[in-house]
Amino acid sequence: MFNSRNLFATLLIAACACSASAQGQKGTEFPGIGRAATPKEVAAWDIDVRPDFKGLPPGKGSVAQGQDIWEARCASCHGVFGESNTVFNPLVGGTTKDDVKTGRVATLTRTDYPGRTTLMKVPTVSTLWDYIHRAMPWDKPKSLKPDEVYAVTAFLLNLGHIVPDDFTLSNQNIAEVQDKMPNRKGMSTAHAMWPGKELGGTTKPDALGSACMNNCGPEPKIASRLPEHARNNHGNLREQQRTVGPQRGSDTTKPEGALGAAAGPVKVVGPAGGAASPNAAAIALTQKHACTACHNVEGKLVGPSFVDIGKKHAGKADYLAGKIKAGGVGVWGEIPMPPQELPDADAKAIAAWLAAGAGK
Amino acid sequence: MQSWISQGRLIKAPENFIGPAGVRAVFAEAKRGRRDFIRGAFAAALAGGAATQAAAQGEGDPAILKLPAHSTGLGQPVVTDGYGRPSKYEGNVQRRPSPGLTQTSQASVSFAPLQSLFGIVTPSGLHFERHHQGWWDIDPAQHRFMVNGMVKTPKVFTMDEVMRLPSVSRFCFIECGANTGMEWGNVAVPTVQYSHGMLSCSEFTGVPLITLLEMAGADLKGGKFVLAEGADGSSMTRTIPMSLVTSGEVLVAYGQNGEMLRPENGYPLRLVVPGVQGVSWVKYLRRVEVGDQPWGAKDEAVHYIDLMPDGTHRQYTSIQECKSVITTPSGGQVLLEKGFYNINGLAWSGRGKIKKVDVSVDGGRNWRAARLETPVLDKCLTRFSLDWVWDGKPAIVQSRATDDTGHVQPSSRQLREVRGTRSIYHNNAVQSWLVQENGEVKNVQLS
Repeated sequence: MFNSRNLFATLLIAACACSASAQGQKGTEFPGIGRAATPKEVAAWDIDVRPDFKGLPPGKGSVAQGQDIWEARCASCHGVFGESNTVFNPLVGGTTKDDVKTGRVATLTRTDYPGRTTLMKVPTVSTLWDYIHRAMPWDKPKSLKPDEVYAVTAFLLNLGHIVPDDFTLSNQNIAEVQDKMPNRKGMSTAHAMWPGKELGGTTKPDALGSACMNNCGPEPKIASRLPEHARNNHGNLREQQRTVGPQRGSDTTKPEGALGAAAGPVKVVGPAGGAASPNAAAIALTQKHACTACHNVEGKLVGPSFVDIGKKHAGKADYLAGKIKAGGVGVWGEIPMPPQELPDADAKAIAAWLAAGAGK
Repeated sequence: MQSWISQGRLIKAPENFIGPAGVRAVFAEAKRGRRDFIRGAFAAALAGGAATQAAAQGEGDPAILKLPAHSTGLGQPVVTDGYGRPSKYEGNVQRRPSPGLTQTSQASVSFAPLQSLFGIVTPSGLHFERHHQGWWDIDPAQHRFMVNGMVKTPKVFTMDEVMRLPSVSRFCFIECGANTGMEWGNVAVPTVQYSHGMLSCSEFTGVPLITLLEMAGADLKGGKFVLAEGADGSSMTRTIPMSLVTSGEVLVAYGQNGEMLRPENGYPLRLVVPGVQGVSWVKYLRRVEVGDQPWGAKDEAVHYIDLMPDGTHRQYTSIQECKSVITTPSGGQVLLEKGFYNINGLAWSGRGKIKKVDVSVDGGRNWRAARLETPVLDKCLTRFSLDWVWDGKPAIVQSRATDDTGHVQPSSRQLREVRGTRSIYHNNAVQSWLVQENGEVKNVQLS
């Protein structure tokens, strides 16, 4: 016989049991999956450094030590004075001693200043330390020891006139240095584009459009368009559009045509998939041994392009294999190529590919 | 003659397209009544325009009348290609870098060919790429995922273990914070691929990050933030608010469009943070740390900060705001002829669903509400379209999206009034394409 009182009591007990077990089991309902990390494992990966310097390992390094490391490991990409714009944006420039006092970089209000350097923007020295430690040098990330990171950071700060020439940066004084960062007061978090309430932001977007549907605004006037000489800057757009459908791509190797001229045949630039090229193995080796950190196949990077090397030393595979292993200076410019540690067979394979013209 | 044939697709034969010998042969054959030969001569002389030319002759289209090899021969066997690939005729549809944008090819970006996509899903092989120190194809058997920081027990998971947990699949867009960044001041690139192509949309499959945090006994109250960290050379780090994690939105994903992630997109594990710029979707994800303060990582303190006219930077700008763009017709295209077109494009908002998209063909003076194609999903691309009969006169086509928070996408003038022109990130202005009388479509900005 149906007993509503008993049923209610049963349900109540069941409900309590459920919620209690849900509370107790949060995170434990997947037995056999995952294990505790050992302290050494956590230490191996937990390398982040926060603006309050949580995570910063002890150590120290001087401006002078930093200069030596800089010239050996950093200058080829960033320039001797951190000012180079060849490979990456300049790190140094655009800040003044006044900025160090005020904590605001005055140059940032100038519309005539060409670009923004790292030191013009970064508000926290922890950020520099963390990034150099985790991701630099470019071709060998995480190879700098903490003392070397302190030294390189000190040198970079010295280039920006934030610390003096005889300065030694350490975990003891890094917080004082943070109080000298030129743009330390230049950041705002009071906006609507952080997806939480933690940073004191707002919820209302600042740039609002209009919902007007008819007779909105003045007659349109074109203020900006690509100049005609830039027509083919992105390659032939004809070959970047599907060959079937409501339109074709503009043939940007030619002047504009009349309506209907687009309907002719379109060159398909290549199979969508395609077999690996015979040069793929050599190209993969240049990747594997980080040659591509400094060399492009075409176009100069830090060093000459592979194609240019191939032209200059066509057929000289043995010479090139030797150069790869021994390094060199003065052949292509001021930046030396350091000796490379790689198996002889790999050096020979890369050299043979270069000597044959470095095809793709 | 059918009216559509006369609409302009028909191309007039060039003068002297058959040489004197050909003409003599054609007439000789015609005298003998062999009209097939005439058709053949036309077809040989005019590779592209022959079809409609012959149709105009009244005979019919050789593409119909002459049965091709694929109708009269034996095709390829099954499984010629175990992981199939697109038609060879689709070779022009590729992701591409923008020349001169970066000096190195490892810290670079490729743009998705938005002009050639349908619906809302980006094929995995066309998904845009952004690498900070080159991409890797990581052995999943060697990949580990760690949770540490403000947790009871720091935990380590193998890929096998992550994939044993209950999973969810969700469609969402991913957009680089710098998408359209080259266009803050003026027109800089020709096509929608380069102006808006750091945008893709996939079905992502993975485990809600909250599940993994709870397994480690995370302090969800004191731990207001999490740090996500990658395993590649750059070991990208980004701060994410715990509120997004506890909502269940943030995924530790391994699946994309029914297959595993592609190496260029983080194989075997990446973070998925719907509505937030791509840099926070950390690839090759190796670690999540729970903490009580934001980290001020390089890409939170040097890049992905927005310069305001007063010289201050906005930090931790993460949400991709309401935005849309027309992909057909769009820059670098040539319309074949006058007549009917289905204007269409994509709309999205990092704050929620797309509520409405308006389209203008007169540079923003008058607007019509576009059709929204289903599905219309939260923090996902929405395809829209509008009927348009082009009369052959110059037209400026624009789209303007509104999301379900009521945020209307601003014009570039409205955006610049607040944020100036010197920023790089988060340009969500209305895009203008000029359709010229000759059918060419140009990227333009209006005053």
